[in-house]
Amino acid sequence: MEQKDLRALEELCIQECAPPCAAACPIHVDARAVLLDLAKGDVDTALNTLRRTVPFPGIVGRICEQPCRVVCNRGKVGADVKDAPIEIAALERACVDYGVVKVDKNRPQPKRNKHVAIVGGGLSGLTAAHDLARKGYIVSVYEALDPLGGRLWSYPEERLPHAMITTELSLIETLGVEVHLNTPVGEALTLDELRDHNEAVYLAIGAEAGMTFGLALDGTGKIVVDPVTFATSRDGVFAGGSLLRGHAAQAIDSIADGRRAAISIDRYLQNVSLTASRVGEGSVESCLYTRVDDIAPAAIIPLDAIVGYSRADAEREAARCFQCECMECVKVCEYLAHYKRYPRKLVREVYNNLSIVKGTRYSNQMINACSLCGLCAEVCPTDLDTGAINLQARETMVAQKRMPPSAHDFALRDMAFSRSEAFAAARNAPGTTSSDVVFFPGCQLSSASPEQVQQVYAYLGGALPAETRLGLLLGCCGAPAEWAGRKDLVAENLTGLREQLQGLGNPKVVLACSSCIRSFKARLPEVAVLSLWDLMAERGLPAGAQPGNGRVVNVHDACATRHEAGLQDNVRALLDRLGYTIEELPRSKARTTCCGYGGVQWLADPVVADKVVARRVEEGSADYVAYCAMCRDFLARGGKPTVHLLDLIFGTSGADFKTEAERPALGWSQRHENRARLKRDILTKVWGEPMDGPDPIDTLRLIVSAEVRARLEKRLILDEDIRRVIAHAERTGRRLVHPDTGRYLATHKPVAVTYWVEYAPVGDAYEVFNAYSHRMEVVEDPPKQGQSE
Amino acid sequence: MSTPEKPPVMCALCNRALVPTQVNVAYLGNAFPVELLKCPTCGQVFIPEDLALGKMVEVEKQLEDK
Ligand code: SF4
Ligand code: SF4
Ligand code: SF4
Ligand SMILES: [Zn+2]
Repeated sequence: MEQKDLRALEELCIQECAPPCAAACPIHVDARAVLLDLAKGDVDTALNTLRRTVPFPGIVGRICEQPCRVVCNRGKVGADVKDAPIEIAALERACVDYGVVKVDKNRPQPKRNKHVAIVGGGLSGLTAAHDLARKGYIVSVYEALDPLGGRLWSYPEERLPHAMITTELSLIETLGVEVHLNTPVGEALTLDELRDHNEAVYLAIGAEAGMTFGLALDGTGKIVVDPVTFATSRDGVFAGGSLLRGHAAQAIDSIADGRRAAISIDRYLQNVSLTASRVGEGSVESCLYTRVDDIAPAAIIPLDAIVGYSRADAEREAARCFQCECMECVKVCEYLAHYKRYPRKLVREVYNNLSIVKGTRYSNQMINACSLCGLCAEVCPTDLDTGAINLQARETMVAQKRMPPSAHDFALRDMAFSRSEAFAAARNAPGTTSSDVVFFPGCQLSSASPEQVQQVYAYLGGALPAETRLGLLLGCCGAPAEWAGRKDLVAENLTGLREQLQGLGNPKVVLACSSCIRSFKARLPEVAVLSLWDLMAERGLPAGAQPGNGRVVNVHDACATRHEAGLQDNVRALLDRLGYTIEELPRSKARTTCCGYGGVQWLADPVVADKVVARRVEEGSADYVAYCAMCRDFLARGGKPTVHLLDLIFGTSGADFKTEAERPALGWSQRHENRARLKRDILTKVWGEPMDGPDPIDTLRLIVSAEVRARLEKRLILDEDIRRVIAHAERTGRRLVHPDTGRYLATHKPVAVTYWVEYAPVGDAYEVFNAYSHRMEVVEDPPKQGQSE
Repeated sequence: MSTPEKPPVMCALCNRALVPTQVNVAYLGNAFPVELLKCPTCGQVFIPEDLALGKMVEVEKQLEDK
């Protein structure tokens, strides 16, 4: 993954964009932060946040024209009648009225021996003076009248008390600015003279003065000023405020001009680019997306513009601010919520993790824990697919040889089992050498319901036109390899599938598993595929299906088929034909959620997978119907009575709905055995192939109590692992023994994992008492690096 | 689950007691010395459950993220 690609992806997440209020504010006051503290009752912190951006908050809070309020999202809440937007300026004023200024930590920077003259002591000039003095410049203000303040004095006393003006503007002299009152610039004191004694000049006089100072003018007689830098035609001379904007200039715009001119002057005096990275200055449109349709309306707290808010009312009004943010994906994704990251942050961490050469890669687990379900992309205003990023990251980790060996090992071994002789098979219909259609049940349905696979095969034989030659292909679609970032294994598996399909005469493939459907469509586009559900909807249900009699069910769509709208409709049509009443879950179809199996989330981070399923099972009040074998088992394990659609279509041994829905999820050992048995049974029954030799599974009989079984499941130790250990011990005699119980303790490392099994022979079987595993191994060589912990 | 009160296991092959021995355990190219019970005759080493599921997993994870 290239840094530039990740940068581009990071940009897509707009969660860090300024909210509408802050973007529209010409000086970008962080109203969201101010209001948050104010609503909490922490008015002092609110005031100090405000003071970081606003030079004269008491004045601004009383006279600001509030471009922020016009765009405040609160004003978009409500159906017929919209809420009033937040009274932001009045709340800023309340901060000044009730807050205490904390000791100023932003001390002026060390003095710089450079002089700046500000012409005009109104808001614009004083803002520039304030900012530049803070930066350490030697600043002098030239004001034609007495006192400072310009237009401020034209506000009525009750709107803007004179005392407030005097108090707030005195800050200027506190900062060490030299103030020259009754000193108009023009005739007695010329711009030339000012320029001679100062390295830079900011012209911020009122429009009414009509002065042009011999600068270049535009067609209307106004001084030509660069809209970004506020530079005039004369080197070192800048201009802004109502001089440019005229009488109607908003106070807040004048302040913004002063601030932006100060930035230019600072850059000018430091000899750096005036124009570099100045996007976003001044009032701009917000790029933040905030959903408002789920926000409860809240009536405005009435405001007396003269008196202002009481402290309590200010807190209540501030509480109407709903802290605009996007977080759409985090709201629906337990994985992102658990890791407390929105994608912009996550992408950065992923990038850092991939860049680490030496040191701990703390994000490995996070990258592997995503279910790759794609829900994030569905809800994101910019369609950012965080799952796709995590998948790419895994592929990069594999390429860097940095994928933790244990992360996907179990799932990949499961896949290897499906591709091994124990399960894999390709057969043309008996007595034929080519197939028109093959059934590819996939590994998970075969694991969960080997009988149903046989039933489906029989059903297909009857449902397809009589002359159809129906073959069978047992194998894996490659999903676990994909999730593990193993492009090599994905490719190898595809090559195998392609060869097999060729050997079968390039038939059409009927798929019953959601992951298979996605894998085939994405990676074998040349193969014609048909989902079993589409086929059944068209060809009709088999006889003997369980009638629903109006029973209400919730449908859990598989995340792998979130974009298969036709398939989703057909699943519902089948349920309808069976007589079930469907209540849609709040998140279904394209916005369905993962069950915790996807992306091997359950293996990489069981805590997250548990949260995912716990949330899902809470969403519906009826029993669930799933049409993916894994979804069914994961939901059932999460405590939700869930049937697989095939359970209803074929019914297993006449069990009623409840029994079916509440049957426990299958263990991993059973999943292997079922696959092996399916192959054996169907090849014997349909193809009449003799299965000589013992049952592949029963070579060594194990006795496992329920308690031990549960432990083995949790530790992901399969019966076949245990059989290997015992067989090895019995053959070699190498084992330990507990002298008091006589139980053996044997160990064996078939490939990467070392297993220990505590067992005792019982007749011709072996009782298993315990098993555990580890990956470290005992070695002969002395340690290369003698670090012990 | 672990039962430390049990008497230590013996080597069933050689029928003799295991003795504490300094051995090396390794993972992903990193080796560490550790004292474990070992059969002095055939060299079988006993890794107890609590070590395998405790410290070892911890170190394995750390090394995997290095
Ligand atoms: S609701 Fe709050 S954060 Fe959102 S625009 Fe309004 S003031 Fe700003
Ligand atoms: S939905 Fe998520 S990824 Fe998309 S912009 Fe919002 S926070 Fe960012
Ligand atoms: S792919 Fe699924 S699990 Fe991963 S971030 Fe997106 S919504 Fe969350
Ligand atoms: Zn021995």
